[in-house]
Amino acid sequence: MNPAQFLTIFISAVFIYNVILSRFLGLCSFVAISKETRPALAMSLSVMFVTIMSSIITWPIYRFLLIPFGLTYLRTISFILVIATFVQFVEMVIRKISPPMYRFFGIYLPLITVNCAVLGVAVLNVDMFFVGSKAIPGSFYYSVFQGVCVGLGYTLAMLLMSGIRERLDLCNVPKAVKDFPLAFIIASIMSLSFLGFNGFRF
Amino acid sequence: MKGYFREFVKGIIKENPTFVLVLGLCPTLAVSVSVINGIGMGIAATFVLLGSNIIIALLKNIIPDRIRIPCFIVVIATFVTINEMVMKAYSPVLDRALGIYVPLIVVNCIVLGRAEAYAQRETVLNSFFDGLGMGVGFTLALILISAIREFLGAGTILGYKLIKGFEPAFVLAMPSGALLVIGLLLGFFNVLKNRKI
Repeated sequence: MNPAQFLTIFISAVFIYNVILSRFLGLCSFVAISKETRPALAMSLSVMFVTIMSSIITWPIYRFLLIPFGLTYLRTISFILVIATFVQFVEMVIRKISPPMYRFFGIYLPLITVNCAVLGVAVLNVDMFFVGSKAIPGSFYYSVFQGVCVGLGYTLAMLLMSGIRERLDLCNVPKAVKDFPLAFIIASIMSLSFLGFNGFRF
Repeated sequence: MKGYFREFVKGIIKENPTFVLVLGLCPTLAVSVSVINGIGMGIAATFVLLGSNIIIALLKNIIPDRIRIPCFIVVIATFVTINEMVMKAYSPVLDRALGIYVPLIVVNCIVLGRAEAYAQRETVLNSFFDGLGMGVGFTLALILISAIREFLGAGTILGYKLIKGFEPAFVLAMPSGALLVIGLLLGFFNVLKNRKI
């Protein structure tokens, strides 16, 4: 485990391979919920929480269950089942413990189950931090940190987008590109500016 | 017979999953760099759609209503895994090109959306044709987007150079090109839709 690796993971997950603008994971929620800043923030925080938890949960499953029994081909099924169950569980807990928090986050949680970013981060961790079905040293910490960074990248893109779209509400745009098409065109320009971070590669 | 044909055709134009329902965009944008990737992704998703639609239509009376989503996901994930293994065995090049987007078919909204909105209350044959139509519609949309991107971004279609001396705009092969193409296409289809009414 070396500290430089953490910096690499941070820069590549937040900027170079931004989960939305470069990997296109979680695009549906990105376009649907980025109309205003507040819901966008709530959605981003929920996504960040779930990506972190899914990194924490899926790593031991892969390392201690799927690899020793030679079942790595079952990773998709086991990951999605565990994530779906976990999200459902969190939703129930939040509803029971704190109704105001449920009103803030709760409605987005079911959506997150089918958010590509969450399963994507689990699959990416396995692809990046296991070499030939062996964990590289410190791979658990790398995985969790990647979960954090993917969540941060999602939040960054979401906040930028919702800020722009809030202002666009006041503008007079052509009817044909109103809403979705315009959101994609804006995202395209944002993605173009994120391309500048490619020079960071090390 | 006519009814089945209608189920099949509606997925291609009237309820096209990409341009009308705006579902399943993650794989659409990510793999549409070249036409061959688009076709591969389209066939893989069609296979999963067909399988899950048939099985869910068969099991619709057994699956309890309250836990239907996990049940659907298990069925879908099974087909995705079959698909993944077949692809790894018979076409490793395509598997590498599509990368993590193959396992991610499991969270493709189109597949779960059809299970939820259609297959769980229709007959097996209807679901089969619905799945086929949606799959073909998705594949055609992928081919359209990837053809535009491959032609403008690399100057080729399916790897063949079309116009001599054509200087490709590399940006269309980058992620931002994908977002731009889908944005403009959605706007274009909006214009068509409004004109008809």
